[in-house]
Amino acid sequence: MRYHSLTQEDRADMLARIGVQNIDDLFADVPAGKLLREPLPLSPHKSELEVERILSQMAGRNVAASQVPFFVGCGAYKHHVPAAVDHLIQRSEFLTSYTPYQPEIAQGTLQYLFEFQTQVAALTGMDVANASMYDGSTATAEAVLMAHRITKRRKAVLSGGLHPHYAEVVRTLSQMANDNVASLPPDVRAREDVLAAIDADTSCVVIQTPDVFGNLRDLSRIADACHAKGVLLIAVFTEAISLGLLKSPGAMGADIVVGEGQSIGNALSFGGPYVGLFATRDKYVRQMPGRLCGQTVDAEGRRGFVLTLSTREQHIRREKATSNICTNSGLCCLAFTIHMTLLGETGLERLARVNHANAVLLADTLVNVPGAEVLNETFFNEFTIRVRGDAGEILARMAERGVLCGVRASRLLPGAGLDDLIIIANTEVNTDEDRAAFVEALKSSLQAGAH
Amino acid sequence: MLHTQARQRKPADHSARARQTFTGNRGLDLEEPLIFEIGRAEVTGIDVDAPATTKTRLGSLERTGRSGLPGLSEPEAIRHYVRLSRMNAAIDANTYPLGSCTMKHNPRLNEKMARLPGFGDIHPLQPQATVQGALALIEALARNLLDLTNMSAVAISPKAGAHGELCGMMAIKAAITARGEEATRRTVLVPDSAHGTNPATAALLGFEVKSVPADADGDVHLDAAKALMGPDVAAIMLTNPNTCGLFERDIVEIARAVHEAGGYFYCDGANFNAIVGKVRPGDLGVDAMHINLHKTFSTPHGGGGPGAGPVVLSQRLARYAPVPFVVRDGDALRLVEQTEGTQSFGRMTAFHGQMGMFVRAFAYILSHGSDGLRQASEDAVLNANYVRACLADLMSQPFGERPCMHEALFDDAWLKGSGITTLDFAKAMIDEGYHPMTMYFPLVVHGAMLIEPTESESLASLDLFIATLRDLAMSAKRGETERFTGAPYLAPRRRLDETEAARKPVLKWSPPVPIREAAE
Repeated sequence: MRYHSLTQEDRADMLARIGVQNIDDLFADVPAGKLLREPLPLSPHKSELEVERILSQMAGRNVAASQVPFFVGCGAYKHHVPAAVDHLIQRSEFLTSYTPYQPEIAQGTLQYLFEFQTQVAALTGMDVANASMYDGSTATAEAVLMAHRITKRRKAVLSGGLHPHYAEVVRTLSQMANDNVASLPPDVRAREDVLAAIDADTSCVVIQTPDVFGNLRDLSRIADACHAKGVLLIAVFTEAISLGLLKSPGAMGADIVVGEGQSIGNALSFGGPYVGLFATRDKYVRQMPGRLCGQTVDAEGRRGFVLTLSTREQHIRREKATSNICTNSGLCCLAFTIHMTLLGETGLERLARVNHANAVLLADTLVNVPGAEVLNETFFNEFTIRVRGDAGEILARMAERGVLCGVRASRLLPGAGLDDLIIIANTEVNTDEDRAAFVEALKSSLQAGAH
Repeated sequence: MLHTQARQRKPADHSARARQTFTGNRGLDLEEPLIFEIGRAEVTGIDVDAPATTKTRLGSLERTGRSGLPGLSEPEAIRHYVRLSRMNAAIDANTYPLGSCTMKHNPRLNEKMARLPGFGDIHPLQPQATVQGALALIEALARNLLDLTNMSAVAISPKAGAHGELCGMMAIKAAITARGEEATRRTVLVPDSAHGTNPATAALLGFEVKSVPADADGDVHLDAAKALMGPDVAAIMLTNPNTCGLFERDIVEIARAVHEAGGYFYCDGANFNAIVGKVRPGDLGVDAMHINLHKTFSTPHGGGGPGAGPVVLSQRLARYAPVPFVVRDGDALRLVEQTEGTQSFGRMTAFHGQMGMFVRAFAYILSHGSDGLRQASEDAVLNANYVRACLADLMSQPFGERPCMHEALFDDAWLKGSGITTLDFAKAMIDEGYHPMTMYFPLVVHGAMLIEPTESESLASLDLFIATLRDLAMSAKRGETERFTGAPYLAPRRRLDETEAARKPVLKWSPPVPIREAAE
């Protein structure tokens, strides 16, 4: 077996050195009758070539985003990732190292974490960011718990524009932790009044911008109103590229900013692994979950970096920790920070403008498509259309025509009367030809539905 | 595992690094500034076309302030990250015996497979008819995990081990609630030796955590555990093999006791890698166990994640598994994404879990097969016992000569009076080119040193590692304290001041204050 380094002779010598007869003597503590002796119900080991054949065959049954005109978003976005990113994250020293518990031989990891934290703080307009979370949805749930700790209140108000999966993650955790959640109904046109839902037990209001339907939300007024009532504003984003063009959540007064970082540096990968971004104000840093990297000096006075403020964490505090989180999303966080470094402010803004322009072009074209109506007044690179007929059927017909054109709102929000809505993402990967194919496929699918 | 039981020390004055260079570089060891010190906001390493229209639909929400984030050209960026990478220890470079973390070889085939466009470039919300191969892989991996554990269902979505613990404990809480006992079953029993995530998880869900002591042999104290069982007990959370690297001898009895008391048995599967193909947790009475794909099935640790922590569930808990899960509809596979019409307790995360890790883990399982998986467990246990046996005359073992599983545990009794701590010893290993073992964990052992060689190490590699530790141990016993108390001397950095980092946290880069302003 190609991954095993011991020979049978080695094994015999080692057993002798240990002073036992056979390997199962080392398993002597296993209770009687519980040690398996029969073969496992799996096939025997396979060569690299065989494994590659099997997996390639499975992969071949999926339609990859790059194969077709592709407009699917809703929390995960198809972007171009520079070749340098994937090359660098596969460096042995990044790929096959672990949490920097021994900082003297982990300065590479620690320095990029410090750089990542600085980048995320700057992008979100906040004072301080952590070294990443699992993804945007779990970061949102952790932000709610953090708001409860800070305010000593137990209720979260969730905007109807929050990604439904994110809302479900918050509700699941809150229900299990005996906290309260008020979820506002789906808010397709960004007209809800979140402030009306605040009561004396409300710790936080959670609002996503751009929201799940693509609308941009002005948080400034809401932030002021929240603060007047001692409520924290948690701002959520699922499209990190939008930060290059939009007013930052920090500039609008958010207290905690969380989001999904997949768009920068990370592949779609069917939903994971991704990287959660988490930022807040300095005054709340000791209530923040997750790992933090800090600057210090070594014994010779040279600058260096360490994991710090670990007294918040489970390995020190156990049941009194701020979170049960143990890892971050190291390699995805590295991909994010490399891509962000390649972009710089200039590149990120340009990329964001191309994304926005592509969406504007498509929205403008759809004005001329009978049976489809763009609902958004504002958007970044994603908007919602209402179609004549069932969105699921139209999407299926478009898929048959080779265009993956978006997400039906009812997949995320079944039973909410949104069966005629499709959420459509545009990024820099979409060409004029893709948009033309989209419009053609939509027109013919709408006509097919009308007959 | 990081613990701060040890104290920081000032190093000795003389240093192998005493010879100064103009650049601060040491031959191939290159110093590297922060991107904020070398990049500029107007530089970019990516060519982006001009936008096709300048029309906007941003309302009044266009950014006005600058982020000021620096960019680097591609060659500058490559150099920056390559230099950083060279400051890291890695499994690919040398033995990385970090106990409890399972730093085994990461096959590159698995990286290649995860990057196939049909896996890496598919969207979680594209029509399910276009991702049947992905769903088939999830189903096949789930089948493998059930076969290896003899359990009933898999929750695929948890993002990491601690997230898996949360998932398993949520399933237990859902079951207790369904029985109408949520108000009375509020206690979770956790051994003193447990990972910190266990009590943190239980506390997060509102349970009251009660500690169970270990006995003199390193097992959970059976009588103490039994004495704590009662109608208030929701679950016991037990790691097996435990954090001392020992197989819990009374595990079946403990499972029986918690079941008789009406509670559930959560097994922390962090150390499942020792027993894959040898023991099935389902046969021991386990109700829920997370599996760290990044440990047992070798998906890369990536400098601290991403992990993946699917949870296997017993028949009693299967129905409460979170969404999503894969079901078969005739010839097609379908994701169940909504809880309506099920008894699922809810959702752990957006989308469907760590697909990139599923592909790697599945490739690992296919490659190893039935024979290779069992051999991997046996070799992991053999390697650990070999290290234990070869160091037993010099270093002290807290639980005597008892065989270990996949990791060998020593304490610091043998260093008593030497003036050298576990931390010092670990730092001296760095100078010898090794990543240290896990220090000061588990907490129940004083000055713990937890060594997990994994099955990847060859006999020659183990022999050199053992010889090195023997040399260090004899040096310590001879009183050569400087070799330890000032170490590391030869790493990219000497000991770092963690106390100062925590006292005055500097968590991001700030532009240097101009001299004139600073003077005012």
